[in-house]
Amino acid sequence: MSGHNESILREPLITGDNITYAKITDDILGPVENKPNKAWWIGFTFASLGALLWVVAVSYTFWNGIGSWGLNKTVGWAWDITGFVWWVGIGHAGTLISAVLLLFRQNWRNSINRSAEAMTIFAVICAATYVVSHMGRPWLAYWVLPLPNQFGSLWVNFNSPLVWDMFAISTYFSVSLLFWYTGLLPDIATIRDRAVGTRRKIYSIFSFGWSGSVKTWQRFEAVSLILAGISTPLVLSVHTIVSMDFATSVIPGWHTTIFPPYFVAGAIFSGFAMVLTLLLVARKVLGLENYITMFHIESMNKIIILTGSIVGVAYLTEFFIAWYSGSEYEQYAFINRSTGPYWWAYWMMMTCNVISPQLLWFKKIRLSIRATWILSIVVNVGMWFERFVIIVTSLHRDYIPSSWAMFYPTWVDVSVFVGSIGLFFTLFLLFLRVLPSIAIAEVKLLLKSASEQAKMKQIKEGHENKEYIAEYIESLEKFDSVKQEDYAKI
Amino acid sequence: MSDIKYILGSFGDPDEMMHGIDKLQENNISIHDVYTPMPIHGIEAKLGVKRSRIDIAAFCFGITGTCAAFALIYFCAVIDWRVNIGGKPSFALPDFIPIMFELTVLFCAFGMVLTYYASTHLFPGRAPRVMDLRATDDRFVIAVDAKENAEHTVIDELLKNAGALEVKYNERKYISYE
Repeated sequence: MSGHNESILREPLITGDNITYAKITDDILGPVENKPNKAWWIGFTFASLGALLWVVAVSYTFWNGIGSWGLNKTVGWAWDITGFVWWVGIGHAGTLISAVLLLFRQNWRNSINRSAEAMTIFAVICAATYVVSHMGRPWLAYWVLPLPNQFGSLWVNFNSPLVWDMFAISTYFSVSLLFWYTGLLPDIATIRDRAVGTRRKIYSIFSFGWSGSVKTWQRFEAVSLILAGISTPLVLSVHTIVSMDFATSVIPGWHTTIFPPYFVAGAIFSGFAMVLTLLLVARKVLGLENYITMFHIESMNKIIILTGSIVGVAYLTEFFIAWYSGSEYEQYAFINRSTGPYWWAYWMMMTCNVISPQLLWFKKIRLSIRATWILSIVVNVGMWFERFVIIVTSLHRDYIPSSWAMFYPTWVDVSVFVGSIGLFFTLFLLFLRVLPSIAIAEVKLLLKSASEQAKMKQIKEGHENKEYIAEYIESLEKFDSVKQEDYAKI
Repeated sequence: MSDIKYILGSFGDPDEMMHGIDKLQENNISIHDVYTPMPIHGIEAKLGVKRSRIDIAAFCFGITGTCAAFALIYFCAVIDWRVNIGGKPSFALPDFIPIMFELTVLFCAFGMVLTYYASTHLFPGRAPRVMDLRATDDRFVIAVDAKENAEHTVIDELLKNAGALEVKYNERKYISYE
């Protein structure tokens, strides 16, 4: 485990000197064990007001039916499914970080996986509420389950992607929750053993009696690895199936085979952007700069460039294939998208998703916290527009010009969407208060091999190649949490 | 000394703790268990903990999910009530695959994790069996059964020489019930 040193060329994953196991626990549990600061309260006030708006808007929808939305005969799906796909997509980054990066042994995931997974769960909750509320009669939501229709003998249509989607989303949600919670057990036990009184009792119940014995840990690691192994195809399947909601239809603009990979790339793209939006603020407010370092931010930015470029290529491919197909309906759908009445939405999508992430090629932008944060929001705006463009522009001009229509959202549409953002942030802020936002045990694993102080020790021992040391010190320049003067004398 | 049930060597560093395990084992002192705040790789080989068979369980649960999904869809769509969709075959295997896959993952994940909880006795509300409260924080604790290993001074010395910051003599097995 710690018998060998990590290469000096790798950037440290934990910065700061005098980091001990005890300090890691103290730093990460700070927000959980102490009273929240002003920034948290301000955030929480706004977020819970948003959540309240969501309750009002969703209740209004339930009471009055989806006629309270701006849908019409031509545009039968609009902000509801846009919001649903947007939230599910955002959720994908959490599973990607916790599962795919675990399989690839990317240790930098250890400090961001916990909050990313929490984000996944909250995003899927937001998505699921859209599914239920767009059904019109939400009290009959259980009809999507394979029950004999009207409890006679006709079943749900297993050929329908909407039924697949029900299975995919519910599996995704429950497996993510299970993965997240199992990973939390050792950390909840840490809180339990430091707490007293009622707090200890509460955390004791939720810690499931975790003891940290050899067998528990050994099996824990086996379970985590297998969960990662099955979650990786799961996360890819979920957005694939979401894309099939569109791709298996015969609507021009939807009926394309490129949808599954394109949707998955887009989901990862928007998910990482949301992780950055949250963590850039959280690291500052909670003082976690030593654990979520500039290296983490840069790595996530690189994933955003990659997935953003895949999305860009997909947009162009779609356009090319529409022309190449020779189908005039397909061609019209795309010409209409880019030059029709919704041209502004299309170009908004193009600018935010294709052009702006390319700015991250510049090291200066990639390493600027402010620029990264703004770009992360731009990406999510762009990804919302992507879904809006796919859904609304493909529907609003159908085969009969007399039924062509535009979509105008009502206050209920807007409130459900704004409210869902409020709900998401409320849940996330509550999470920061009651559970550790960083996986404590996993970060402790890095202390002896991948921390700045371990590398410093390696340098001082004097067995390292001078060129490597110089390169390592150069790589530290981007870190805002490293004291550069410590390296000046080496 | 007769009331002492467990001797705990509390280490601040995982490598020193591993060294402590070696020292104890060289002297034929059996180790009850080791409690650590994070997984320690290589420790299971030292303590003779066998490879986990949870992967076999996971596979069995997964394959059960696949079969369950296939059986459900086949029964509903092919046997119980065939729906004529444009004259296409009812037994449309490609359409069955997404749900078969999802249920494979669902059964595998829940089956495996519940097996894990059951085999390591984890469930909500279980009284934590903790010997040293700092073992979930910053200490790596070796527990030695004091009844089985009578030479307490030798154990004490071995642990301290290996780098133990503290050696505790617990009269109760678990301190967390208090």
